[in-house]
Amino acid sequence: MSDPAITPELIAKHGITPEEYERILAILGREPNFTELGVFSVMWSEHCSYKNSRPELKKFPTTGEKVLVKAGEENAGVIDIGGGWAVAFKMESHNHPSAIEPFQGAATGVGGIIRDIFTMGARPVFSLNSLRFGPIEGDTPEARTNRRLFAGVVSGISHYGNCIGIPTIGGEVYFDESYSGNPLVNVFCLGVLRHDQIARGGAVGVGNPVFYVGAETGRDGLAGAAFASRDLTEESKEDRPAVQVGDPFREKLLLEACLELLASGCVAGIQDMGAAGLTCSTCETASRGGTGVEIDLALVPKRETGMTPYEILLSESQERMLVIVKKGQESKVKEIFEKWDLPYAQIGEVKDDGFMRVKNNGVTVVEIPARALADEAPVYHREYAEKKTPEPLDLSSLAPVYVPAALPRLLADPSIASKRWVWRQYDHMVRLGATVLPGSDAAVFVVREANRILAATSDCNAIYCKQDPREGARIAVAEAARNLACSGAVPLAVTDNLNFGNPHNPENFLQLREAVEGMAEACREFSTPVTGGNVSLYNQNPAGAIDPTPTVGMVGLIEDPAHVTTQAFKQAGDTILLLGELGDELGASHFLKVLHGRKAGAPPKLDYAREKALHEGLRAAIRAGLIASAHDCSEGGLGVALAECCLSAEPQLGADIDFGTTGLSPEVLLFNESQSRVVVSVKAENVGAARTLIEKHGVPVRVLGTVTAGPGFIVKADGTTFEWDIPTLHDAWANTIGNLMA
Amino acid sequence: MKFAVIRFPGSNCDQDCLRALQTFEGASADYVWHKDSSLAGFDVVVVPGGFSYGDYLRCGAIARFSPIMAAVKKFAAEGGPVIGICNGFQILCESHLLPGALVRNRDLHFICEHVHLRVENASTRFTRTLSQGDVLRIPIAHGEGCYFADDATIEKLEAENRVLVRYCNARGEVTPEANPNGSRNNIAGICNEAGNVFGLMPHPERACDALLGSTDGRAIFQSLLSV
Repeated sequence: MSDPAITPELIAKHGITPEEYERILAILGREPNFTELGVFSVMWSEHCSYKNSRPELKKFPTTGEKVLVKAGEENAGVIDIGGGWAVAFKMESHNHPSAIEPFQGAATGVGGIIRDIFTMGARPVFSLNSLRFGPIEGDTPEARTNRRLFAGVVSGISHYGNCIGIPTIGGEVYFDESYSGNPLVNVFCLGVLRHDQIARGGAVGVGNPVFYVGAETGRDGLAGAAFASRDLTEESKEDRPAVQVGDPFREKLLLEACLELLASGCVAGIQDMGAAGLTCSTCETASRGGTGVEIDLALVPKRETGMTPYEILLSESQERMLVIVKKGQESKVKEIFEKWDLPYAQIGEVKDDGFMRVKNNGVTVVEIPARALADEAPVYHREYAEKKTPEPLDLSSLAPVYVPAALPRLLADPSIASKRWVWRQYDHMVRLGATVLPGSDAAVFVVREANRILAATSDCNAIYCKQDPREGARIAVAEAARNLACSGAVPLAVTDNLNFGNPHNPENFLQLREAVEGMAEACREFSTPVTGGNVSLYNQNPAGAIDPTPTVGMVGLIEDPAHVTTQAFKQAGDTILLLGELGDELGASHFLKVLHGRKAGAPPKLDYAREKALHEGLRAAIRAGLIASAHDCSEGGLGVALAECCLSAEPQLGADIDFGTTGLSPEVLLFNESQSRVVVSVKAENVGAARTLIEKHGVPVRVLGTVTAGPGFIVKADGTTFEWDIPTLHDAWANTIGNLMA
Repeated sequence: MKFAVIRFPGSNCDQDCLRALQTFEGASADYVWHKDSSLAGFDVVVVPGGFSYGDYLRCGAIARFSPIMAAVKKFAAEGGPVIGICNGFQILCESHLLPGALVRNRDLHFICEHVHLRVENASTRFTRTLSQGDVLRIPIAHGEGCYFADDATIEKLEAENRVLVRYCNARGEVTPEANPNGSRNNIAGICNEAGNVFGLMPHPERACDALLGSTDGRAIFQSLLSV
């Protein structure tokens, strides 16, 4: 069987532009063959090379005193948590595969991010995920598809995470038209390691043997990275072979074997085979090591016969690793792989010539300078549209809303409603770490081996980002930091997942640019360096691009178990305080979306000084033991936040709230989404002390009312009394998603 | 007292069991690899949760044929105490050390949450520090935990008082609503005829630390330790 000839059509089919092809000719000094063309096409895809986003990503702050491994250096960043211990964490998307095959798409997304973490030498200890789907209500074909995608993704995550025994302890789920047909599946994993255990992904030591270990290579996931770097279309369904199939049991074996291997001291370098599989791992390790790598494909364990070099190199079969072994230690390595019953083979060795050289039965099929392939992909400074300020919201244009019905409507909106249906399907308790069950402001996890308590959250309000990507991205970082503060934690660092539409559209590229700049600025303000992440562009469905969704994953540290704080009210009789202002910004709010069907107006304005003061004041009060519960105001404003504090209590509690005279209309008062606000409850005897301490930080404190045994949620404001029944609200909030999915 | 924690390649609660056991005075614990065939020197065997060999076929169906399970059977036949938790319970059923089977949950979803258990028989070596009627709050985490057996087996289990724990509500009432997975007679855990092999779907090792919200699981391990 001979390879096809290199024609302009074949080049275009590989997503390589004429200019890029010229560059390939210059690098090689000759025409590439068919296999080499395939290698360039995946390595220079957006997914692997970040060619469209790289100039933007450079704007992120990446350094800090706690940063041990910086963004981009290795598979994941590493952050010091004290006592000689560190954490490696990262977030990655599997949007396109999940749109085509939700179960395997999501499952392999989890598998991929877990491999990124243990490749660093860290034991993965928990996962989070940020998921977005089109609306799931109603009986339209679209809603049915969205429900199928939602159910499939959740069960894919559950299947993979539960089997491998890494708890999924939190995250977020949103529903919006813009994600119809193009769901977002962003998965986060965190691992722990000692400083001296950090593993590197460089092919160092000329003459060192290169081992392949893990699942046999098959034809699944061929060129998935290139697939992920295109728009999703009607025809994308035919790309199903580009979706990989996951085997969590194999990954479990691989995880344990690799950690054992790294502990044995036999490893010179290690790299997982994720996007672009064997291709990416060989040229990246060579490039990082400043060496060359030569492998022979005939030695690669294969699942199928008759695979061509092109197929073997571009396969994205899961659960595979490339290990550079210290020469002379081969027998120890083999012993460990055999103990774990893993297929393995010595497939090549480290060379000193800087080439990625691939042979097939001794015949050279690929010979490309590794660095040029891995690190010198073209970089594009994409055109971006001119920035527009969102139209101000004209409140008088809104039809009147019956406020007593508005609160249950908001609580029953799937984006706000309880996600218990989701997290009940995840094993969140394995590894004995989840001290706060999913559903509170942040997930809290005790890392037993390091005796540290971590808090983690993922956040992004995409309506804000649609209306103003810069402000929306700033707020995503601020909200993440606020969620950590509410849990009693000090933020350490950030990983991000930038989900946007096709970057060739100047409007989309403007969104990316604005969001990155906003996020970078906020990360500097909160002293949370970005340790790495992922860019997912081309998130389009036939109706257009998704709302810009720059998801922030933030990790923090809780100093003392006594500081762990949750959102639920604790006891009848406690006093409810609002830290921050009453607010009045209704633009881009969930209230507008749910009650008026509009994404309109400017998002709320973030004031860094006010926000930081709030976090400091709240943490000071938590450390002083004065706070019983804390919950930030986000989607749905103060009304939803207060209701959630009642509804998430077990057993449910009620509240008596009196705002006095505010001069605001009830819908603005209850549902505005002004930033820098937290609802806390405190024991009656602690009100004075809490107030003094928090006000000392310059944060306004207002007594809102009292926690009651229920069953009423009673709100008085400006001479009007609203009274809701807690069990009714609970039903709307707790059962909506389960009922829709039944 | 020395506990053997059996380690299949896909076990994922092995580390949790070891960690929980290490918090008990008088207990020591060590892993035993699935390819081993001896349990010499151990006083109690724990078959932990997880996905033994991936469990793509039927939970525990392959584990039954592992070298270590031959040793566990011998250990049990000689009267040694064996406790199987979650996947461990499934393996004990597949190995015919316990009757019946664990099938897909009633609603077909994996379920992870705290449930309540009523202690039905407090006279066994697994429950002797408890009292009959005690209500324990212990988490479950399984996709295939619906206990099933034919009528004759269920009648025999009930008649011989071999249902040790049953799903109930917080008040200790055994109701259909308190049954998370559709198990017959709300059965959460049973023992063999000799009373030395106990299998249960809930995870007592996840309820041994106040930080995790419950310490009700301790009584089960404490029972094994109080000879």
